[in-house]
Amino acid sequence: MANALHIVVCAGIVPDPLQTLEPVTGPAGPGLKNEMVLPAVLDPWAASALYEAAALAAKNPGSKLWLVSLGPKAKLQQVMMTVAQKVPFELVPIDGPIGGFPDAHSTAAVLAETIAALPGLDRTKLLLFGGWESATRGAGVTLQLVGERLGITDQFQGVDQIVQIDLGDSGSFEVLERVEGGKHQVSVCAGAPAVLGWATGNLAEPRNNPQVGMANMRTIMPALQKAKAAKLDANGLSYVSVSLPKQQRTTRVVKDLTPDEIAVELVAWIGAE
Amino acid sequence: METILVLTHADETGSALTRASLETVTAGLELATRLSAPLTIGIVATDATSAAAALAETGARLLAVSGEAFAQARYASDAAACEALCRAANATIVLAPGSSRFTRVAAGVAHRLSGYIDTHITALGGANTIEASRWFYRQRIEAVISRDLRPWFLLLDAGTHAAFAGASGAAKVEEVAVQLPALRTTVSGFRAPQQDQQTIRPDAKMLLVAGAGWTKKQPDGQIHVAEAAKLILGFLHVTGASLGSSKSLVDQGGEGEPVLPFLTHMNQIGQTGATPRHAKGLSTCCHGEEPHVVGWRFIADRRAISLDPNCGWTRGKADVVYVADAFPVMAKVNALLEAAKA
Repeated sequence: MANALHIVVCAGIVPDPLQTLEPVTGPAGPGLKNEMVLPAVLDPWAASALYEAAALAAKNPGSKLWLVSLGPKAKLQQVMMTVAQKVPFELVPIDGPIGGFPDAHSTAAVLAETIAALPGLDRTKLLLFGGWESATRGAGVTLQLVGERLGITDQFQGVDQIVQIDLGDSGSFEVLERVEGGKHQVSVCAGAPAVLGWATGNLAEPRNNPQVGMANMRTIMPALQKAKAAKLDANGLSYVSVSLPKQQRTTRVVKDLTPDEIAVELVAWIGAE
Repeated sequence: METILVLTHADETGSALTRASLETVTAGLELATRLSAPLTIGIVATDATSAAAALAETGARLLAVSGEAFAQARYASDAAACEALCRAANATIVLAPGSSRFTRVAAGVAHRLSGYIDTHITALGGANTIEASRWFYRQRIEAVISRDLRPWFLLLDAGTHAAFAGASGAAKVEEVAVQLPALRTTVSGFRAPQQDQQTIRPDAKMLLVAGAGWTKKQPDGQIHVAEAAKLILGFLHVTGASLGSSKSLVDQGGEGEPVLPFLTHMNQIGQTGATPRHAKGLSTCCHGEEPHVVGWRFIADRRAISLDPNCGWTRGKADVVYVADAFPVMAKVNALLEAAKA
């Protein structure tokens, strides 16, 4: 089919945002206290990418969707129990370290190698999706590095929308990327292959669908069992210090002023240099 | 010995450097002085000669890539331009602004030069080495990092250095030739809310944060979304403040609950939103870690209006918390500000 897409979504797993995080330093470098027992979720921006990818794949018959994720197998399995119920995909797990402190270049190298080896992947139809930044390292470089390693020179970051212009052979599309000042830059790309790092997108989180979950889990469990182990090099990166911010403010709690009195105080504060 | 390259780019005019670029020039000058290292500044612009005028007093070697092809912020052409500048400068340290334009391409350029990159740098320290500060886990954990391998690309967050402000003058610029690849992407323009509806203002002194409480039932048992919208927009209009929002308020649109029509995910601050830099911040009707901890990390002077006197998120995070209903308070604030303006 002329407009069938091969979409690969790179998505990591991160601690649930509601968890309290405390850094610790071990023999392997910095990490989080009790990291392996913290509840984890799919990285929020990467999750947006997954939902957008699934919607795009559904609109283009014959498309394929892979979810490539690097993390400890046990944590991946826990997160996939929920994610698998959202949209249909083929999981490509990589058994590796968790967290934001490993080097992004090593992560990108492992992801690129895995994607390049995906059976049946047609790189001329490839749309490489992911979050524009992770909620762990937040570097916003992994996807670009993977793209460069795969030779893709049409890349977009902070994507909120993709609109297919030509559903025929060319497959061109319009992309809205976040830029400074609350604006979107509008670009037209001639078609795949391309890299799209997603921000929030426009789609709500899909409701859980047990049938989708059952179908996904048939392939997810065997894939997890066969997941290759990856070791990430530091690439000369070292941590001088890792700490929680110490800034604690002395909060003045004002309980006994009327709205008018508060307003007067606020206006004086707003006007003060 | 280190050699330093600062990458800069022009704004939408094509002939003047962005503020973030000039901030990075300041960082480059400071670092070059500290390490006694030679400094080169690379410029990507339509008209690099005009853009370079602002750098005449830096004393740095100036390299430029210029032409119509670089008017548009596009991966293929910008990556080629930055790669050419880096190869011409042959630097071990490359500093660049963390703008949307360079954030898109810097990692790819680092890879092409067999280099390494770290982003969202907020400070550069160290004695005889370079130690870079950055945040992890969405501004919850701060780390100082270093790298042995070169070239090392460092993208600086906006607002972390003063913008370079030397006298404008004629500057000698060395033009660098670029071999452009086939361009498959065309930038057709920008899409933004109309001027009077634009609520995100990065240069504003104040940030107003609106929480989900604005759309909840009020003491009369009714929801007053229209009134809330009027109060918030009125405050933005009279103060020129930027508007941030909690995730819960932005998400309400997708959940069928009442929404403030001018809010989008781009207003969102916190874990899955922005962490803006403003001198002052006023949070209203917020409850939770998102606005008060993560989203406010770089707000200097913070006040909050909250109905909950025991809100644990404001304690220790805000400088002042007013325990009150934001509706009458903001109505009076707007009235006083309007009167003062008149």
